[in-house]
Amino acid sequence: MKTLLQRTLGPLTAVTLALTVWLGIWVTPPDKVQGDLARMLYIHPALAWVALYVSFGTVVVASALYLWPRTRSLTVDRVAEAALEVSIVFIALTLITGSLWGRPAWGVWWVWDARLTSTAIMGVLELGIIALRRANLDPDIRARRSAVLALVSALNVIIIHFSVTWWQTLHQSASVLAPGGKLEVHGSMLWTMLLSFVAFTLLFSWLTRERYRLSVRRAGRTSDVLQAALAQRQAEGVPR
Amino acid sequence: MMRVAWLVARKDLRIETRSRVLLWQVLPFGVIALILSGLAVGPNDDAMRHAAPGLFYLVILLVVLFMIGRAQAVEAPAGTRTSVTMLGGDPAGIFLGKTLALALELIVTAAVLLAGVVVLLHAPLAGTASAIPSVLLTLGALAAGGTLYGALVAGADVQATLLPIIALPPFAGLLIVGEKSFAAAVAGQSSVKWLLFLSVSLLAYLAVGILLYGVTEES
Amino acid sequence: MATIAELVDVVVTSGGFPVLAGATLELHDHEVTVLTGDNGAGKTSVLRVLAGLSRVTSGRAEVLGVDLMTTDRRVLRRRVGWLGHEGSFYDDLTVKENLTFAAGMADRPVDAIATALDRVGLTSRQNTRTQQLSAGQRRRLGLAWLLIRRPALWLLDEPYASLDARGREFLDDLLRDVVAAGAGVVVSSHDPLGHERFATRTVEMAGGRVLKDQSA
Repeated sequence: MKTLLQRTLGPLTAVTLALTVWLGIWVTPPDKVQGDLARMLYIHPALAWVALYVSFGTVVVASALYLWPRTRSLTVDRVAEAALEVSIVFIALTLITGSLWGRPAWGVWWVWDARLTSTAIMGVLELGIIALRRANLDPDIRARRSAVLALVSALNVIIIHFSVTWWQTLHQSASVLAPGGKLEVHGSMLWTMLLSFVAFTLLFSWLTRERYRLSVRRAGRTSDVLQAALAQRQAEGVPR
Repeated sequence: MMRVAWLVARKDLRIETRSRVLLWQVLPFGVIALILSGLAVGPNDDAMRHAAPGLFYLVILLVVLFMIGRAQAVEAPAGTRTSVTMLGGDPAGIFLGKTLALALELIVTAAVLLAGVVVLLHAPLAGTASAIPSVLLTLGALAAGGTLYGALVAGADVQATLLPIIALPPFAGLLIVGEKSFAAAVAGQSSVKWLLFLSVSLLAYLAVGILLYGVTEES
Repeated sequence: MATIAELVDVVVTSGGFPVLAGATLELHDHEVTVLTGDNGAGKTSVLRVLAGLSRVTSGRAEVLGVDLMTTDRRVLRRRVGWLGHEGSFYDDLTVKENLTFAAGMADRPVDAIATALDRVGLTSRQNTRTQQLSAGQRRRLGLAWLLIRRPALWLLDEPYASLDARGREFLDDLLRDVVAAGAGVVVSSHDPLGHERFATRTVEMAGGRVLKDQSA
């Protein structure tokens, strides 16, 4: 029986996304400097937030739980795998939307500043974890090693978080709160942007849940295959 | 842990001294790669001098992948792997020992390549010498990370192609900072913040390796 | 005779294939158990479970007091002795260097090395690199290590392969001494001559399970 949350997650995601789109395109005013280009504010920061913190944070927590003997379970490993794949999608979208904004704003599709470079490296790093998960290894070894790699990769997220203030960079400084705590975005733009964070976080949750359910279905099929293989193997030992 | 680390480091270095892979394969490869880098930049002294720190680290990166593969190949034969696994040695000690051996081998390689950078790419001698502390820290972090990443792909059927995919992205971060600190040293500028970053990276890799190397060994 | 290992309905999978499909076996000290069966019967897989080298998918497995379902297998590996049919240790190190390394790692006394080398007849080859040894000599190197280690359970995978008549006789004598001292020994072999000589028990395997279990 599905819980209330499971039943409402999909519709809630659709509603908040639709609301974000409506507010972002038709309700909020254009920025006085960037004009309509600033509407990327309702997509890009939320994508980056989910990509670098929410999704990869889920991967790291699930990986840590898998490595801890008391909490080690297939469920936790599947959650890590699902969150990882969704995270890569969000990183790709972050870089793409960033480029779409950067071309008119900076004049180029790409610059080698610290935030962009670190984000791109993060994406490739996650691809590495996926490549490791695809390697032909015992499932438990594969899960443990992927978990270790995910924890090591978490160091890179810390670099990204501090890169804007550590290094001189072309990238937009913190969009909502400046280092002194002063709000940089106001009025309906602020609320729409905050709503976008909620919407994309819900989208991540929904996608991860669906990917997790796919893993469970696949595991069920694998278990059936194993039972059949077990029966066949045992039959080898029966004297003719 | 330290006793095991010392045993493993000594064993790895002894094997390396006997096999001479570093001397006859890794070093020549490094020098060839440096020469090719110079050719790619072109016969422009200023361009070569400017690119020298980055090219040095690019070659070091390729050498590191080579040497991680070599370190794993020593442990790869089934009989070796099984018999060493049965010894039940402290994984943290094994990690530290292999890191130490790899770091020493990298230092020897880097010394040759730094000489190559001065001679072939016209990097200033004094500036290059003052970059040595940052080079040592970078090599230490690469050795620790490399030992860990090598263990993560050990036993996989696509080990040779998997290692670059998982090791290069995080190494790229180290090399960016390594190159910046090298360039700062050559230019006579302060590289304290880069040295700090490299020190933290080294300590972080050592801590993670000590804590989690045992997990990668499970079979 | 005390029970030193118990496997109950043990299933072990490798790449989705059940290498052991419900193996049940009990082992005792002062006993030589020979596992027989065709290639692929599961003999090596049983040894690997007993050595803590393979993860048990389901069933119950307890070896030398270590419950393999709940305890880190590293704990068991330090207590058993393993001799595989592949070589042991490092090709580029000499016989003595390999044993010194192993003794150091396992915190065993280094002065036991000379006695072990003498017992296995490798004293004259102690400064020879392992890669230059014959297959039989490599086997003796592995046995030398087991003599230094003195485990309570010896696990030998096809130990008679590549041994001449003298080598087989040497191995038989060694195992008799080991068992007399109280250890349990498990040998896998599809050599019909090998086990009839001194085995206390013969276990026939097929399809990843125990078919027959006969005491001598």
